[in-house]
Amino acid sequence: MSDPKLSIRGVGKSFDGKEVLREVDLDVANHEVVCLIGSSGSGKSTLLKCINLLVPIDKGEIVLDGARVTGPGVNSNTVRHTMGIVFQAFNLFPHMRVIDNVTLGPRKAHRVPKEQAEQDAWVLLERFGLVDKAREYPDRLSGGQQQRVAIVRALASRPSLMLLDEVTSALDPELVGEVLAVIQDLKTEGMTMVVATHEMGFARDVADRVCFLDAGVVLEQGPPAEIFTRPQHPRTQQFLERIVEARRL
Amino acid sequence: MTPTPLERVEGGGGPSPRQSEENGRGAWIAVISTVVVFGLLIALVLNSQYWPAVQRQFFNWGHFKTSFPLVLDGFWLDIKMFIVAEILILVIGLAVAMARSLRGPAYTPMRLLMIGYIDLARGLPLLLLILLMGFGIPSLRLPGVPNSALFWGVAALVFSYSAYTAEVYRAGIDSVPESQRMSARSIGLTQGQALWHVVVPQAVRNVIPALLNGFVSLQKDVALVFVLGVREGLREADIYNARTFNYTSYIAAAVLFLLVSVPVARFTDWYSDRQRKRMQAMST
Repeated sequence: MSDPKLSIRGVGKSFDGKEVLREVDLDVANHEVVCLIGSSGSGKSTLLKCINLLVPIDKGEIVLDGARVTGPGVNSNTVRHTMGIVFQAFNLFPHMRVIDNVTLGPRKAHRVPKEQAEQDAWVLLERFGLVDKAREYPDRLSGGQQQRVAIVRALASRPSLMLLDEVTSALDPELVGEVLAVIQDLKTEGMTMVVATHEMGFARDVADRVCFLDAGVVLEQGPPAEIFTRPQHPRTQQFLERIVEARRL
Repeated sequence: MTPTPLERVEGGGGPSPRQSEENGRGAWIAVISTVVVFGLLIALVLNSQYWPAVQRQFFNWGHFKTSFPLVLDGFWLDIKMFIVAEILILVIGLAVAMARSLRGPAYTPMRLLMIGYIDLARGLPLLLLILLMGFGIPSLRLPGVPNSALFWGVAALVFSYSAYTAEVYRAGIDSVPESQRMSARSIGLTQGQALWHVVVPQAVRNVIPALLNGFVSLQKDVALVFVLGVREGLREADIYNARTFNYTSYIAAAVLFLLVSVPVARFTDWYSDRQRKRMQAMST
């Protein structure tokens, strides 16, 4: 494996004395799609927020494109320019039209002229079938559409790494498919992604590698075929059994 | 809170015949009770032993006609002070609230400064502030600093009201979910940009009724600068009273203040009501 795109080494994080990430080690190669699975509270979301530097880590380090991005002397604003993150609850800006949601980052953070930013946004909205929603406010959109806009908003800054935090968990079941299709599309394009998900079927289809997180550590990882059919660790087996019982796989 | 389908059916479709009958009866009860209560109060006042004397001193039509133009002349100054002060207050209050909302150790001195200012400005009686600044600062005769009582009176109003308004803005800023700030940061915006482009617009919308309330309050409090001898509406009324020993000029001033503040108060209610309904519509 050549130099990893992203390298997480011994990362730990506590909130109010509660250890959410104990010691996470994880490498992500260029163009690789890594799915994080694990029960709620296992630290998936926190890990993604740590990678995006939205949550400062307590120990360990994160290296992006060969450069350390945690610790002193790092401008988190510029580091974030190379990553996009999409949240479970969409978090679109309700007071802005779709087009302005998408162009805000490029215009303000990347200083792209307005016309250029809008042109780029149109291309993206076109690609994800959202052109007719460009002038709408977010509350006029379905959950699936809002989440697609959120993905477009993250893509507008031309990230080379996408972090997806349970992006389908807040959606009605019939809307999950359209969002997953978008992610599949990004994979085909070669986007490097770290995806926290409860959609095991999706993880199996889209992931190059699946990581099982448990109590703040990566307990087991490997190709989906291996993790889903021959999990080694008893905790992983237990988790997957419960998933199968719940008919999520 | 989404209503169940059953509730929706029951709630929708306009009032039933029985309901509208009850509404009609309710309106009658409201009218009759209002007339009775206010009628009794007025009768009580008009029949009191000293009413004729009070009427001569406070509700004298002749004095009203002569004093009204004088008071109105001064009242324009109240309006001007109000407009200038309110604009400054809205801007300064927002700046203070934003400075207070920035996070990170580097901003600690600024946050402390802002908290100190807010505590000071809110901790002093407004009248005391006006006296201190209006009489104190001009007597320092600082070079390049205006010496007029009017200037420092308005400055005192701005100083005090900006602190309250900053707290109103801050409540609005706190009411915007943390996730909004986070997703603004995630697309590369700096803290300041996230506040300005994402948090503040939503925050302001949430506190417009409270800001309008501040308008009503300030619109009356501008009259306090009269203690500095500024010839605004209340001062003119006072001068008239000192000259004629008749208090009707105060009533003239009262009428003028009410003419401005009541519509603003009604508008505030109307706006808050509309906003509340809109929020309800959005949450269903």
